[in-house]
Amino acid sequence: MLILFLKGDMKYTVKAFGITRDILGGREKTIEFEGQTVAELRKSLQEKYPALIGLKSLLIAVNNQYAEDTTELQEVDEIALIPPVSGG
Amino acid sequence: MIKLTEKTIDIQKVIDTASSLGAGAVNVFVGTVRNNAHGKTVLWLEYEAYETMAVAEIRKIIDEASHRWPLLGWAVSHRIGTLRPGETSVVVAVSTPHRKDSFEACQFIIDTLKANAPIWKKEVFEDGEEWVSARPEMAMRG
Repeated sequence: MLILFLKGDMKYTVKAFGITRDILGGREKTIEFEGQTVAELRKSLQEKYPALIGLKSLLIAVNNQYAEDTTELQEVDEIALIPPVSGG
Repeated sequence: MIKLTEKTIDIQKVIDTASSLGAGAVNVFVGTVRNNAHGKTVLWLEYEAYETMAVAEIRKIIDEASHRWPLLGWAVSHRIGTLRPGETSVVVAVSTPHRKDSFEACQFIIDTLKANAPIWKKEVFEDGEEWVSARPEMAMRG
């Protein structure tokens, strides 16, 4: 019996807020892509949803904290898109 | 107290929570919904929050404020949902022994909340709606 381990795409669940919810068409989307960093996730999202490129900023939060571009993602992480904030 | 609520904010309750017998001052910021933006009439605002992270971020802001000023008490309450002009969107209250610190701490908290907290508002006009500050050119969208 031959067992093949294929390096598959990682599957991430991403929460979308504010204008990103409108752009992605939902509060939560599952994104599959090969990368693992926040920067790679952003790039993958911008390719899939080009309207994201026009935003003034697009930060990403991982487990309720602002993440760096180099932060590595786990499939179990809570990931959220943070477009420009306007609270208060 | 850090509260996100869809109900009308009880401003007195926020003040009472922040108050302290050791304080010579309670400073309160009340944010209100303006009836106009970009020269147009605002019909209403819609506020949305990433609640778990918003509470965490506000807590960080309070922690920093507590290190910089001698806070004796504090409270923050932010509305989410649909708000009409004139309604209160946010209340920040702090108490300190002397008044100068209370002004500074209160301003710091609301300024930093506005810069960092994952909360968003959308302005609704007669001819369209717009997420505030989302796009660089602030173009009107129908």
